[in-house]
Amino acid sequence: MFRSFAKIQRQFGSLLSFCEVCPKKRPLTGGLNYSTATAERKKFYEDVSISQGEGGLYEINLDRRKLKTPGGKLFTVPNEALAIAVATEWDAQRETLKFYTMHLTTLCNTALDNPTHRDKDQMISSALKFLETDTVCYRVDEPHGLVELQKNEWDPVLHWIENRYNVTIGASSSILGPEIPEQTRDTFRQHLNSYNFWSLTGLEFVITQLKSVVLSLGMIDRHLSVEQAVLLSRLEEEYQIRRWGNVEWAHDYDMYELRARTAAGALFVHLSSESSTVKRKLMQD
Amino acid sequence: MATLSSPLRVCRGILKELRALQGPSYKQSLAYSYVMDQFRKNKVTGERYCRAQQEAHHASHTYLCLLASTRSHLALHNLYHAKGERSPEEVAGLVGLRLPTQPGGKGWEK
Repeated sequence: MFRSFAKIQRQFGSLLSFCEVCPKKRPLTGGLNYSTATAERKKFYEDVSISQGEGGLYEINLDRRKLKTPGGKLFTVPNEALAIAVATEWDAQRETLKFYTMHLTTLCNTALDNPTHRDKDQMISSALKFLETDTVCYRVDEPHGLVELQKNEWDPVLHWIENRYNVTIGASSSILGPEIPEQTRDTFRQHLNSYNFWSLTGLEFVITQLKSVVLSLGMIDRHLSVEQAVLLSRLEEEYQIRRWGNVEWAHDYDMYELRARTAAGALFVHLSSESSTVKRKLMQD
Repeated sequence: MATLSSPLRVCRGILKELRALQGPSYKQSLAYSYVMDQFRKNKVTGERYCRAQQEAHHASHTYLCLLASTRSHLALHNLYHAKGERSPEEVAGLVGLRLPTQPGGKGWEK
């Protein structure tokens, strides 16, 4: 049934493009719909290039046609590095377009289309909700080995973030989690307010992947590498793997996917908030 | 500060991933020239503490992780999950059973 649904959507998509007045300017929608991210589409271009359009924004060209977002907007990114990374994703596709491997494109689409129609405050609130149930704040009472592991691995990160932002978070093994003071929330809210819309999109994506504000900020602030953050986020799973064995088609599969998504989110935050740094570096030489 | 492998290794890692993605002509790609350019520009010239360079190092490491993980994930996906579900006949065959081909068993009479 799902397949026929996808087929209908595909037909609907081609209908849409027939409606265009000029067939040459047919919209190049990346994925037709956000919900069909797993669906693959035939590759319809050979050459990928980037160009700088109005207002210094970069665009992606597929065989001289401009890439558009699923929402129909022109696909534009604020700097060259991000444009090249996105172009590389499109260039890497073989016979079919695998949208589930194009994380940076997906993030740009989300930031451009804003499909959930949220503003910055709402995004910050939903990101900070993860603080109440932060992975590194929930501890177990047993088994002993896991208790030790969580203490040894998570405590340093928790201490680091408490010192870095001068806040109290704490950890707890009760089902209600730790009591997080209002002041901590305010500090983080203020800090997140300094991010622009694009980097906030990326940061929220990272937080939802890692299920942790602490680990996400640790990684964005370059205290942790992506691999470390993912490892800490999956600590209990890693413990169980060490005990019961690793299953490649579930554990490794999940881990690589989580790593790819987290890395894409981190890079997205970095590239969309640091455009001034790139310029400064160019001027230094 | 997270302990990262040396910039040279990261650079070679990224180039290796780009070659895996784009084949032998990867040296003509946009990404190749951009990556080489960035690594050359951020080369250390002294023992000074340089924030921009650390940022670039972390970002390059993140990009390498993105490329490598996406490739591994896709490989596992193609190996285990890309073929969709097995048909009922195949599933039955896995546990040594066969689906009935000839109608006429119990419940057929109604």
